[in-house]
Amino acid sequence: MTSTALSPTAAQRAGDQVREWLPALVVFVAGIAIWQGSIAVFNIQQFLLPKPSNIVSSFWNERHTLWPAGWYTFKEALGGFAIGSGLGMIVATLIGRFKAVGSAILPFAIAANAIPIIAFAPIFGAWFNPLSPVSKMAIAAMLCFFPVLVNTMKGLQSASPRQIELMRSYAASPFEIWRRVRVPTALPYVFTALKVASVLAMIGAIVGEYFGGSTTALGVLIRSDAQVFQFERAWAGILVASLLGITLYLAVVSAERLLVSWAPQSRDS
Amino acid sequence: MNDNDARTVVQVQGATKTFPRGNVTAVQDIDLDIASGEFVSLIGPSGCGKSTLLRLIGDLVEPTHGSISVNGKPAKQARADHDYGIVFQDSVLFEWRTVSKNISLPLEMLGWDRAKRKDRVAEMLELVELSNFADHNPWQLSGGMQQRVSIARALAFEPALLLMDEPFGALDEMTRERLNLELLSIWQQLASTVVFVTHSISEAVFLSTRVVVMSPRPGRIAGIVDVDLPYPRSVETREEPHFFELVTQVRELLRKRGEHLLPEEEQALLEAAE
Repeated sequence: MTSTALSPTAAQRAGDQVREWLPALVVFVAGIAIWQGSIAVFNIQQFLLPKPSNIVSSFWNERHTLWPAGWYTFKEALGGFAIGSGLGMIVATLIGRFKAVGSAILPFAIAANAIPIIAFAPIFGAWFNPLSPVSKMAIAAMLCFFPVLVNTMKGLQSASPRQIELMRSYAASPFEIWRRVRVPTALPYVFTALKVASVLAMIGAIVGEYFGGSTTALGVLIRSDAQVFQFERAWAGILVASLLGITLYLAVVSAERLLVSWAPQSRDS
Repeated sequence: MNDNDARTVVQVQGATKTFPRGNVTAVQDIDLDIASGEFVSLIGPSGCGKSTLLRLIGDLVEPTHGSISVNGKPAKQARADHDYGIVFQDSVLFEWRTVSKNISLPLEMLGWDRAKRKDRVAEMLELVELSNFADHNPWQLSGGMQQRVSIARALAFEPALLLMDEPFGALDEMTRERLNLELLSIWQQLASTVVFVTHSISEAVFLSTRVVVMSPRPGRIAGIVDVDLPYPRSVETREEPHFFELVTQVRELLRKRGEHLLPEEEQALLEAAE
């Protein structure tokens, strides 16, 4: 066996990457082309569906309004994501520490995870100042909290009894077992939840803004543009929101790859 | 063997373990002394309490009656002092650690510094012939290799006693026989004491200085067979007439006392042993 057979050269790897991504790229380009083409062919009205080219040019021409608005909303989503996910992990850890509390709370956490928390969005405007970013952050945090809580609890409970027994054979303290067995076992579960939460945070922030907020917020802009038939700009706003949502998601995926690189399944997510 | 000068490493006196769930008595009135340097196998049908006895020695379960001492100390103190290493049926490797980091785990628990850990891990990798796999993840290794890592981890801090709970039970016959030979060579190099749980008669005879035959319902010692085959043992040992005589002795002890359990009784005992 030669060394080239074991470790492919950089060029080979790049070639493999292209081959892997090519089908997706073709579908993307074809999709955009069909969208653009069918609007001309079927004479679809602008307000129903603008041309991709018009959305992109609006995205560029309105950059001084849309991009800062996107950043404003992104900060709300990020804040809510950090607070909600952070609290979810902390509460799950405390629950894991005090078993009786855990078994009392878990059914409610699972039930809360199943209800459409986004329905609370208008209420949060009443609880907090509807014009401040805090109310949107609260919605995003609430959306992130339950999936992270439930998954972290599940992850902490999933530690292998044999691994714990091995640690006990080393006379390990409960803290050592938590640190060296429970936390690493829980990490893949936590990241699964964080990926869901990253998407929910952006949804929470934007839907929150639909119920009112600063005029420099993306959700407020999308809503008012749609109301005054500025559909190209509304669509450009949606594009900004999508790009930011994808960015947040990819950031979580990168962190996962860094921290859970040992898991064979993390390579093909 | 059974040298009077040899230090007693494990002393089990009147040990009984009853699990509260189902009120199952896993082992009853066990008396057993194991001297330094011995290789003792515990053999018996499923549910005879051999794994429970091993866990009593390791202080992973506490006896209901009786006492266990290891290295002349109560078993609890011996565990706190890291007097033994343990190997389970599945390798119980930590998936998030590389092969080296897995071997290094008990050394970290003992507070060894990085340089000392690195040297020892390299030594252990050499001992189990896995030096080329130091930075691999456990899932990249075959079952036999994973079990060798697990053995290296158990021996890394040079415990006086090695406890093994059916370590090769999940492996194919060929891998198992090869690892038997490797284990014997490691045992002789390190001059440690081994307590080895198995349900394979030929494996028990091949490896051990003594075979402790256990009977179920509740687990008791049915008899002890001294294995006077000379070391080093090799593939040929398994073909010697005396090997077969000893295998037959063990088998007869098992048959005499080890009437088979009803499947549901066996299940109850197995669950209790978990």
